[in-house]
Amino acid sequence: MTSTIIFWLIAIIIMGSALMVVLLRNIVHSALFLVVTFVGVSGLYVMLQADFLAAVQLLVYAGAIAILLVFGVMLTVRGDIKYSNLFNRHKFTAGVVSLGLFLLIERIILSSDLLISNKPALESTVGPIADALLTDYVIPFEAAAILLLVAMVGAILLARGEGKPQ
Amino acid sequence: MQQDYAGIGIFFLIAAVFPMIVLATAWLVRPKRPSPEKLSTYECGLETQGSTWVQFKISYFLYALIFVVFDVETVFLYPWAVRFSSLGLFAFVEMVIFIAILVIGLWYAWKEGALEWM
Repeated sequence: MTSTIIFWLIAIIIMGSALMVVLLRNIVHSALFLVVTFVGVSGLYVMLQADFLAAVQLLVYAGAIAILLVFGVMLTVRGDIKYSNLFNRHKFTAGVVSLGLFLLIERIILSSDLLISNKPALESTVGPIADALLTDYVIPFEAAAILLLVAMVGAILLARGEGKPQ
Repeated sequence: MQQDYAGIGIFFLIAAVFPMIVLATAWLVRPKRPSPEKLSTYECGLETQGSTWVQFKISYFLYALIFVVFDVETVFLYPWAVRFSSLGLFAFVEMVIFIAILVIGLWYAWKEGALEWM
């Protein structure tokens, strides 16, 4: 009962803030409401007892992706920021496409038989993930570090431009 | 487990409601006699010129990119920190290698001057 109330509260927060992302005219305000949406989704993960996923959602989405978005806005903004997130004349087409996508996803969810495990939910998902990551999956773990390194070097190269000394 | 998160939920709720109560109380109690001086953005210093929303230099974006990389590193550090006592020395060495690889990236960013404030 309580969890149902909390779920609907979180759902209202997510849907409301997601609507604000689309409807607000200032794109910086939209970015801030996107952060609220991410925090709400992390609340949903907590309700699904996926606490590690909730932490990742908070760290990566509400933290990093939001920072990248705000930086992206600061770097590209032109003209008056108060009117930076307006509707264009494709409003109707976008509505039809979104409705079609929604109906498609809804059909797929309703027609697929989702497997439900009989096992009780784990007390904490972080511990087993740590055990698996640092014992059985050492090589992918270190490969992730190299992937991050490559991403960082590539980003620096792209942002600075090759062969241009400061 | 989920009961533990109720505390966080209450914390979020208080964090959202408390500023509203403070601002509402101030709005109720304070005298309202605005003057152009009071309504100006800066009490002292130079008057700002032009719009506050200006385009930033691309070099600031590098800070964001490096932040994101180390933010993702935190995702890997978090489970390791939770199981630190039970995993032992092998996991510790693994994590040292992991961080060392990322420090190479930090060193590269430093060398390329990405951390300089321009």
